[in-house]
Amino acid sequence: MGASNFVEGVDLAFKIIIGISLFFLVGITTVMLWFVFRYSRKRHPVAEQMKDNNLLEITWITIPLILVLLMFYFGYVAFSPQRVVPKGALPITVIAKMWVWNFEYEGGKQSPVLVVPLKKAILLNLHSEDVIHSLYIPAFRIKEDVVPGKNNYMWFIPEQLGEYDILCTVYCGLRHSYMETKAKVVTEAEYQAWLSALPGKSNDPEGLVILRKNACTGCHSIDGTKIVSTSFRGLYGKTEKVMTNGSERSVTVDDVYIKSSVYEPDKDVVVGFQKGIMQTYKGKVSDDDLAKIIDYLKSIK
Amino acid sequence: MTEEKTHHPEPSYLVNTGKYKGLMSWLTSTDHKRIGIMYMYAMMVFFIVGVLLGEIMRLELFRPGQQFYGPQTYNGLFTIHGIIMIFTVVIPGLAAVFGNFSMPIMIGAKDVAFPRLNLFSFYLYILGAGIALTSQFLGNGPPDTGWTFYAPYSIQTHTNVVAAVFGAFVLGFSSILTGLNFIVTMHRMRAPGMTFFKMPLFPWSLYATAWIQVLATPIVGITLLMVVAERWFRIGFFDPSLGGDPVLYQHLFWIYSHPAVYIMILPAMGVITEIIPTFAQRKVFGYKAIAVSSLAIALVGYFVWAHHMYTSGMSPTARWIFSLLTFLVAVPSAIKVFNWVTTMYRGSIDLKPPFLFALGFIFLFMIGGMTGLTLGALATNVHVHDTAYVVAHFHYIVFGGVGFAFFAAIHYWYPKMFGRMYNFKRANWAFGFLFIGFNLLYFPQFIIGIQGMPRRYFDYLPQFTLGMQLSFFGGILLLIGIILMLTNLFSKKGAKAPDNPWGGRTYEWTIPSPPPLENFEVMPVMGPDETPYDYK
Repeated sequence: MGASNFVEGVDLAFKIIIGISLFFLVGITTVMLWFVFRYSRKRHPVAEQMKDNNLLEITWITIPLILVLLMFYFGYVAFSPQRVVPKGALPITVIAKMWVWNFEYEGGKQSPVLVVPLKKAILLNLHSEDVIHSLYIPAFRIKEDVVPGKNNYMWFIPEQLGEYDILCTVYCGLRHSYMETKAKVVTEAEYQAWLSALPGKSNDPEGLVILRKNACTGCHSIDGTKIVSTSFRGLYGKTEKVMTNGSERSVTVDDVYIKSSVYEPDKDVVVGFQKGIMQTYKGKVSDDDLAKIIDYLKSIK
Repeated sequence: MTEEKTHHPEPSYLVNTGKYKGLMSWLTSTDHKRIGIMYMYAMMVFFIVGVLLGEIMRLELFRPGQQFYGPQTYNGLFTIHGIIMIFTVVIPGLAAVFGNFSMPIMIGAKDVAFPRLNLFSFYLYILGAGIALTSQFLGNGPPDTGWTFYAPYSIQTHTNVVAAVFGAFVLGFSSILTGLNFIVTMHRMRAPGMTFFKMPLFPWSLYATAWIQVLATPIVGITLLMVVAERWFRIGFFDPSLGGDPVLYQHLFWIYSHPAVYIMILPAMGVITEIIPTFAQRKVFGYKAIAVSSLAIALVGYFVWAHHMYTSGMSPTARWIFSLLTFLVAVPSAIKVFNWVTTMYRGSIDLKPPFLFALGFIFLFMIGGMTGLTLGALATNVHVHDTAYVVAHFHYIVFGGVGFAFFAAIHYWYPKMFGRMYNFKRANWAFGFLFIGFNLLYFPQFIIGIQGMPRRYFDYLPQFTLGMQLSFFGGILLLIGIILMLTNLFSKKGAKAPDNPWGGRTYEWTIPSPPPLENFEVMPVMGPDETPYDYK
């Protein structure tokens, strides 16, 4: 038995298609090499001309046709249930944004790890906040793109306890290969306990919540480590060397500088970092939000 | 580009007869043979650059974690690797080089229908490639979208996407004009008596290819312009934050880019269909089936594009219809393989380098095609879509297929092109390195793909390390093979080539090596009982 209800059907389709293919690959290659050996110019100096043979050609049109239709069929029957969600499936909203997965449970509780109860149908409603991502759980044999502006979905029944990799398979920018997390399959009791312990409305400062919501923390850490860009820790009040229109100058990180960095990130780029990586947050982060962010940054000076 | 005096009364096309000398005599030449050779040298440069970019990626992937450079560099590398290899090497590929050099001779013509347009296509090719390459040096850094330019990422990223996209747009025009030129050439300029079903099969494959070039390329052209318009003027075609539909982009992109795979592979199949009868001294088996299957592939190939999009959120109906159509296009490819192998039966096989490369092609193409079946079926596709499995499948088709056919074609027509032979033993050694290196490089990618390794990953989970390292060593062997092959062909002057070194029957083997400027001293006529493959 596989890790999800789809594993068996998908793996059977793999076995059938690869099995038939291998048979033909080995068969045709063997025949080809035998001809090269048997009818080499040394052993067979004079070629014999042959007439076309319609019967033979019709045979090798018909047999592959039947075989590929068979392959189509097995691919289809194993796939079609993936689009029919059973009634009563547990809905979880997947929120994908540049380079973080978040899973929202009933009551707006969010978790960076997908925790699901064993043997229960799970419905994932896929939601992207920026570009296309794709949610892939290899062990479950499922994948569906997370397309902004489109309500895609996928579902599965976890059949085995354990931890499984979740990966993003549609290229989504700088840290695409780090956009991974885990799917944890637990018992129903463990699931209930985990869910009730999951904090609802966050106790985090408002500014941090806004930073997380806009995935700022995907590149700027809050603990002082360097991910892609400078860390937020100790940033406020610091003096930075920046490039402005190709010339270097020093600025103090204050309200004005933070505002211009959020709205026009390419204007003053800190020396040692590349232009063009960060997008503008004009229209995405309001002045109000910005004030809360600045308050938060002051608090982690 | 050496100048030779030959014993033939008409000077060879390599001898300058125009008003310019040296490089200028080539750059101003409208001779189809010279244009073919110019494409070949240009492509060779792009190919080597593309290969080195690939090796630099393999180096970084040798171990998990960051080794030599960061993710932004890696994302730029796979993007420009794809753009160079796809748009400047494999799409023009065999058609631009050998279609230009051999096709007019094979159908008994002095040149293509529009020689000046042909030279213009070459200049567009150079211009487009040049524009695409400026993307690396100007603006906000190299594009990081992948060669597919998927929206909305390609709309939102600040890197220099427009230059790359515009380069591809210009290259598209080069492709369209070449296609148009070839269609008219094959319709209007065949030797008297050479009906369509007496035309050799390499021209046949180019004919099918040319129709795809003319009909499908405009779609990607307009799509790329839409990306530019969206980036510059914020017109919401594809980005949902501007009111656009990102899946629409994928449809438009693949309506061209899937048929583009047939633009790449059909001429490759055509070359193999020429090489096998020549070295087996056997009339090609199932001439009509091979000719018609080229058209069938071109036609059905139009209706399978959305098999790149099974997970994009299309309706379940669209998913199974595209899956079914995809399986139908597999059949004509299978027919060709059966015909090739049967052509060897009871032949008299001379295992020279071109034939060896053709055998390599058949084997690698079969693996590429058969792994395409797992990608065509819905359930299996969902699991391996956008993983290393696709990377492996694709490289088996475009490198194992198109690349090896290209190598076979160079070794086949080289004596005709330059009037010189090359060292067979070294060519065979090069084949050995290429074949083993290729399989060691790409086969492990099938395995780690099935195990769940996504594509376009700068970093990866530790369980994929072994596969990545095998691929790295395969890449080294492959590189050695390429160096061996190119030095064998281009570093030393070989012995003088006879007019017909392989015993071929098509027209190019009836004229001197290298051919005179106007190809034929007496224009050929095909008699009512003649066929292109009359082996006795």
